[in-house]
Amino acid sequence: ISCVSWLYQKIEDSFFLVIGTKTCGYFLQNAMGVMIFSEPRYAMAELEEGDISAKLNDYEELKRLCLQIKKDRNPSVIFWIGTCTTEIIKMDLEGIAPKLEAEIDVTIVVARANGLDYAFTQGEDTVLAAMAQRCPHEDPLSIDTTYTSKLFKDTKSENDYVNHPPLILFGSLPDSVANQLTLELKKQGIKVSGWLPSKRYTELPTIAEGNYVCGVNPFLSRTATTLMRRRKATLIGAPFPIGPDGTRAWIEKICSVFNITPIGLEERESKIWGSLEEYLKLIANKSVFFMGDNLLEISLSRFLIRCGMIVYEIGIPYMDKRYQNGELKLLEKTCSEMNVPVPVIVEKPDNYKQLERIRKLQPDLVITGMAHANPLEARGITTK
Amino acid sequence: NNVMKSMLERERGFTPVTASVVDRHVLARGSQEKVVDNISRKDVEEQPDLIVLTPTCTSSILQEDLQNFVNRASLESQADVILADVNHYRVNELQAADRTLEQIVSFYIEKAKKYDTLVLEKTTKPSVNIIGSTCLGFHNQHDISELKRLFSDLGVSINLIIPEGSSVNQLKKLPKAWCNIVPYREVGLMSAAYLEKEFDIPYIDINPIGTIELASFIRKLQLVLNNLGADVSFEDYITLQTKFKSQASWFSKSIDCQNLTGKKAVVFGDSTHAAAITKILSREMGIHVAWAGTYCKYDEAWFREEVKDLCDNVIITEDHALIANLIAKTEPAAIFGTQMERHIGKRLNIPCGVISSPVHIQNFPLSYKPFMGYEGTNQIADLVYNSFTLGMEDHLIEIFGGHDTTEALTDTLSSIEDLKWSQEAKQELQKIPGFVRGKIKRSTEKFAKSNNINSITLEVMYAAKENVGA
Repeated sequence: ISCVSWLYQKIEDSFFLVIGTKTCGYFLQNAMGVMIFSEPRYAMAELEEGDISAKLNDYEELKRLCLQIKKDRNPSVIFWIGTCTTEIIKMDLEGIAPKLEAEIDVTIVVARANGLDYAFTQGEDTVLAAMAQRCPHEDPLSIDTTYTSKLFKDTKSENDYVNHPPLILFGSLPDSVANQLTLELKKQGIKVSGWLPSKRYTELPTIAEGNYVCGVNPFLSRTATTLMRRRKATLIGAPFPIGPDGTRAWIEKICSVFNITPIGLEERESKIWGSLEEYLKLIANKSVFFMGDNLLEISLSRFLIRCGMIVYEIGIPYMDKRYQNGELKLLEKTCSEMNVPVPVIVEKPDNYKQLERIRKLQPDLVITGMAHANPLEARGITTK
Repeated sequence: NNVMKSMLERERGFTPVTASVVDRHVLARGSQEKVVDNISRKDVEEQPDLIVLTPTCTSSILQEDLQNFVNRASLESQADVILADVNHYRVNELQAADRTLEQIVSFYIEKAKKYDTLVLEKTTKPSVNIIGSTCLGFHNQHDISELKRLFSDLGVSINLIIPEGSSVNQLKKLPKAWCNIVPYREVGLMSAAYLEKEFDIPYIDINPIGTIELASFIRKLQLVLNNLGADVSFEDYITLQTKFKSQASWFSKSIDCQNLTGKKAVVFGDSTHAAAITKILSREMGIHVAWAGTYCKYDEAWFREEVKDLCDNVIITEDHALIANLIAKTEPAAIFGTQMERHIGKRLNIPCGVISSPVHIQNFPLSYKPFMGYEGTNQIADLVYNSFTLGMEDHLIEIFGGHDTTEALTDTLSSIEDLKWSQEAKQELQKIPGFVRGKIKRSTEKFAKSNNINSITLEVMYAAKENVGA
């Protein structure tokens, strides 16, 4: 459910309603830190004993809350985030939502982001997968409303772009990062028709059969599956644009799908590496251990190996070998080029045993969560 | 929660809490094997004296017979195993802590009775147990140090401090003390009541915060000890400390404090701190407390009784929005509350002193900042005074037109007139936090100029950013 904290900021006209217990509320309050005080567009529908024992009517309770949200904030969409509790008591959120949506006239999107099934960033995956089904099928107007055109005022006409089928990128990124990636593709003559998610829910991109989609984050396998199966889009399976090596590989893969010969990528990559020289000197030959909690671990390891580091272990909560295929191959290639063995990938790691391995290996850097950071530092192990 | 403990308290050890994870498989098969296995595994790995199995909101709904798991696991493990008797849907964290502490105390007292290892003989000199020192408590470690110093001054020794810092094997020594001290309302009262019932040990539940309450606390201690045959008099000590160690009573006479007379304040927090601060503001500093409130709903009767003549209104609520609206309506000169109230104060431009949990990392100060004892009275006086004067300064600045630095700060000093910023680039610039915006603007313009660009678009901005390696 922590995905709420960045998604409500990204989607400006949204409201997130987390349906769960006090425990979920405490978790969000703690995880969000000072943001909790900035009148966030999220709230808890806190389940009480009466809800659990079905003394209260779920539909009426949710209607009451959603009407209040509509009155106070008037959002374009309300996301219902299911939790462990709604799973166990089998609250039929997917069933209630369409009825309530029709009754109160606000779009309601249901995403199950519970701790029974998912870890951390996978929450975003469940939300985006639910949104993917709400993207319009066809543009209502024939005028050019593509993301790139709107953003960069493409007055120079279509000549700047190669003729290729529409491409939609998925994954939530800060606007400035999304803009930069869009620009990188524009340099190759590739036009980005839209992003999932967009800045506003009302601006969700059109996705039609035969369109191409490409992910920017490694934890979006459900979204990718939904786009392929439900929206009949073609997935471009590329490494992720993390690090100059990853970004280059990402662009190259997209270019190759559209039969474009990329220009200037090699110089661009080496220029970025050049500007990193000071940092690279510091980390060369140092060892690193990923305890694993957010699914970015494979891409980050691949990048750090390219930087000259030695990765002892890649812990990861969940490994989708199909969706991360491009990234895994790049990892192997990077290892062989840097002449280091491919690190072990540990899915669903046991933290206790990892701490024993850390004690034995004494890595120069442990990438870990806050629960272990201070205790490790106190034992002389540097953490990030 | 592990993250809270290692971040807020900057704990050096790993938090001794593990989770028996409930996932889909558990829903299908039940968590029994898993819970028992996890208990046995921790028993071997960590070799603790006691393992407490704790239900969560999720396990409460599963309605499994956790007591049965505990019975099974305790047959196999070296450690004692108990089940925390807390229902997520009926008690909050403070009640749960109070109850769990009592459970552990009574468990080990009963065990000691069974093995006949209970230490019933009183210490020769007067001694006390301090009950209710917990991790993540508000300024708790500093309060305990201050109490230790207080008892040492009074010639009273400390038998045990529980739960923080003690081991379960020491609990059999609890009855040695003459008297139990419960410094906080929230955690410890149940254990103290249990020990009174079992062993006739009296307890003191006056919170030693503020000069007046501190004096009553010490006088109560004097009475209790003398009833048990000690011959002590603490009156001289109280006088001496109040006059010389604590600056608070002198402060209340000084002209600084006279300036505060009749100023309006509101108070909100846990019952211990909200009541104590209300008493101090009203009785010791002459401040007008418009309302005092607590989120400890279950302790309502006590709270009302404590503050009834010291404020205009009493508010009992867990609803933070209600408190925000009340503060806005009351418009006090200062707020004394939790981190939530501090942020309400920020929005309304009203200063706030933080006096209670929920807290933030800055409420775990490195320097010595007790709320209890005589040093505590000094700390609180500073906190109160600083809150009010800051508010006054703010008003003066406003009345006399403010510091004249605003102009210089917002001027980006960029003098390149012939550069045009596109609409998108301008918007992007506005997203950059104020304190670095000027710098980014300048470096972008510098980059544009050196590349002979005369209109700045988003593309130029990103190129400039890359150029400086940011």
